[in-house]
Amino acid sequence: MPLTQADFDAVLLTLKLASLTTVLLLLIGTPIAWWLARTGSWLKQPIGAIVALPLVLPPTVIGFYLLVSMGPHGFIGQLTQSLGLGTLTFTFSGLVIGSLFYSLPFVVQPLQNAFEAIGRAPLEAAATLRANPWDAFFTVVLPLAKPGFITAAILGFAHTVGEFGVVLMIGGNIPGKTQVASVQIYNHVETLEYAQAHWLAGGMLAFSFIVLLALYSGRRVRQGW
Amino acid sequence: MLKQLFGGQPLVGPAQAAEKLIRARFKIERPGFALDVDLCLPGRGISALFGHSGSGKTSCLRCFAGLDQAPDGYLEVNGELWQDSANGQFVAPHQRALGYVFQDANLFAHLSVRRNLEYGRKRIPAHSRRVPLEQAVELLGIGHLLQRMPDNLSGGERQRVAIARALLTSPRLLLMDEPLASLDLKRKLEVLPYLERLHEELDIPILYVSHSPDEVARLADHLVVLDEGKVQASGPLKETLLRSDLPFMFEEDAEAVVDGIVSHYEPDYRLLSIRLSGTDAVLQLTHAPLAAGKPVRVKIKARDVSLSLQQAQDTSLLNLLPARVEHWLALDNQAQMLVGLRVGDERMIARITRYSFDRLGIHAQQALWVQVKSVSLLASD
Amino acid sequence: MTERTPRTCLALFAGLAFCASALAEEVQVAVAANFTAPLQAIARKFEKETGHNVVASFGATGQLYAQIQHGAPFEVYLAADDSTPAKLESAGLGVAGSRFTYAMGSLVLWSAKADYLDGSDAVLKQGQFQHLAIANPKAAPYGLAATQVLDKLGLRAALQSKLVEGQSITQALQFVSTGNAELGFVALSQVFKDGQLGSGSAWIVPQTLYAPINQDALLLKQGQHNPAARALLEYLQGPQAAAIITSYGYNR
Repeated sequence: MPLTQADFDAVLLTLKLASLTTVLLLLIGTPIAWWLARTGSWLKQPIGAIVALPLVLPPTVIGFYLLVSMGPHGFIGQLTQSLGLGTLTFTFSGLVIGSLFYSLPFVVQPLQNAFEAIGRAPLEAAATLRANPWDAFFTVVLPLAKPGFITAAILGFAHTVGEFGVVLMIGGNIPGKTQVASVQIYNHVETLEYAQAHWLAGGMLAFSFIVLLALYSGRRVRQGW
Repeated sequence: MLKQLFGGQPLVGPAQAAEKLIRARFKIERPGFALDVDLCLPGRGISALFGHSGSGKTSCLRCFAGLDQAPDGYLEVNGELWQDSANGQFVAPHQRALGYVFQDANLFAHLSVRRNLEYGRKRIPAHSRRVPLEQAVELLGIGHLLQRMPDNLSGGERQRVAIARALLTSPRLLLMDEPLASLDLKRKLEVLPYLERLHEELDIPILYVSHSPDEVARLADHLVVLDEGKVQASGPLKETLLRSDLPFMFEEDAEAVVDGIVSHYEPDYRLLSIRLSGTDAVLQLTHAPLAAGKPVRVKIKARDVSLSLQQAQDTSLLNLLPARVEHWLALDNQAQMLVGLRVGDERMIARITRYSFDRLGIHAQQALWVQVKSVSLLASD
Repeated sequence: MTERTPRTCLALFAGLAFCASALAEEVQVAVAANFTAPLQAIARKFEKETGHNVVASFGATGQLYAQIQHGAPFEVYLAADDSTPAKLESAGLGVAGSRFTYAMGSLVLWSAKADYLDGSDAVLKQGQFQHLAIANPKAAPYGLAATQVLDKLGLRAALQSKLVEGQSITQALQFVSTGNAELGFVALSQVFKDGQLGSGSAWIVPQTLYAPINQDALLLKQGQHNPAARALLEYLQGPQAAAIITSYGYNR
């Protein structure tokens, strides 16, 4: 196998990035999805559209805006600098933030669908059984939405693993910090190292297939197709 | 108008009035929907909220639970204040000691029957648990279902679990939203006896939403009639059923409910005799045997009652009872009359043509005979 | 790479209308991204003078190489290095003996801030910055040249942790122009306009510090019978093209 230490580091970094992003996305995405599923506010459509933007935008667009806004003159950059964090471009934290934007709809939408499918009824039942809203959320909504959470986590994770454009734009290709597998594949192709590219790309292909297979199999079991 | 004629007895005895009382006032105005009710209900027994679909029954019940918040409302249940909009008070649903049985049971699909039952019970302080799990399970006959998941229950079983689950929170008020509506007749008959047992064995006031006159007649002590979000009548069941100013009740279904005691059973003819209070008259019907002395409740439809000035002889009709005319009302079509009658201490209604009414010269306090074509027994175990 | 539309069609119909003749042909050119602007200028003149029509596709050198390998219909290849065209030539995908250096790149250390660099390597040596942008040295000749400069100056080890790599020289420029990196090694052609620095401050790196960045052209197999392809290659070696090329910061 022609893979180098840099390739393995890139794979490891990718898994670390995807895991951290997925956990954060579940934490951030749950309240957003809950709000979108339950609100009657006129803001529902605009916010829903903003969340869905990464679905239709080329990653390079997100990457470019992140590059500009996380830079020293951008609003995120100004904020992080005033907090003493410096700028986030070319850092692992920057990649995490980029991935959060990029994979947000893949987590929010399955959760929103799950919450909408659950409806108000189980919550009302819980309220009449003395459960306060937080209690009801954790003991009724979360278990009932479990398939939605599984779907959201798998899609968020897989999509972050496959992310390329954003990382390319804000990463800086730093080994061990921002050099993830997809960028490493690009490097190999660019430098005509096709054998290594094949190994990495084939690995990602197999990984994506297995993830999707697991997702669809799980769905079949759950829905009894 | 007949409200005044009837008067109606006090809801509860004066000694209990202070504590056992539910006072409720809800006002909601939304486009296409308005609710404006002001109720004083007995703090014990079953009060039925009766009306057509869309009459506001369920909205009203949800206001009781706090699931909907009437912008202008007041609710006090046996001395506990749950809502007083005038003073900005609103107790959240989960802080109200109530049980709510939803129309479609609404069990938690991810929990077994046992864990459904324990869900509410676990969430009340140990010292206020007045209903032991075993008792509720036994009362609703669901002991064999405890390990099952809700998906594997029949509709009737689900409703019984839902009722037990609500009871296990030891509610001070049990709200039931058409718990039988989603069930077919067989399942209804399966659940009804359990509801009757609730009534007999537990001292929890129940608000029972229904659009079925049969259910109401069988279960309720107190009747609230709602129409288009407004209270048309509220009072003890028997008087309220007899009130003839309630148009919807008098279309086809006007009926009276009469209490009596089993006095005799004739096995050869399978004939059951029921003595009504305050008179020697008996009602007779064919029925399975029942022990003498057992209290029963019967339903008599107005269209099954006819009037006669003399005691008819040589008739196949079993039930001829002496009665006294109390009041009357012409129906909308002007061709038919409803006549309110007193038989002993009980009241009945007869529906006759206006022609017969005039021919018989019906007048107040007139003594005559009622002929009852058909009687159905409501409550029996 | 991204700011300039890829596959821009350079057909100038006005020019064509004047010179429309039986000889007018179309030539498909694969061009390294850094040569985008000069080629557009050269093509305008070339089309006006010959009546031929230039259709250019811009991309990274390696990417274009992969496309040519897999049958892309290009007739002329203008690379950003000399090794890739050589590979194509020896693989038989190019016409033997047609390869020549059409331009030599100049490396510049550039900052978007006006007074940041003083025309010398002082700032680089002091190392008082967070990020130094370069192009990926494995993929881009300017990136390789940048690492050669750092090696020559003995700064490679000291600055290694501050290096951020763009996948292409265009991206390296983006890092610097957005301020995410204070300075970076880019192509002079990227920051040069009409023979002088367009904005910011710079140090034009002496040619002695890095191996020449030869940008080679190659006539591809598909173009060997297209007179327009040969005409364009000829024109590139002529004085008019040379004037344009140097005005964009390249050497000849």
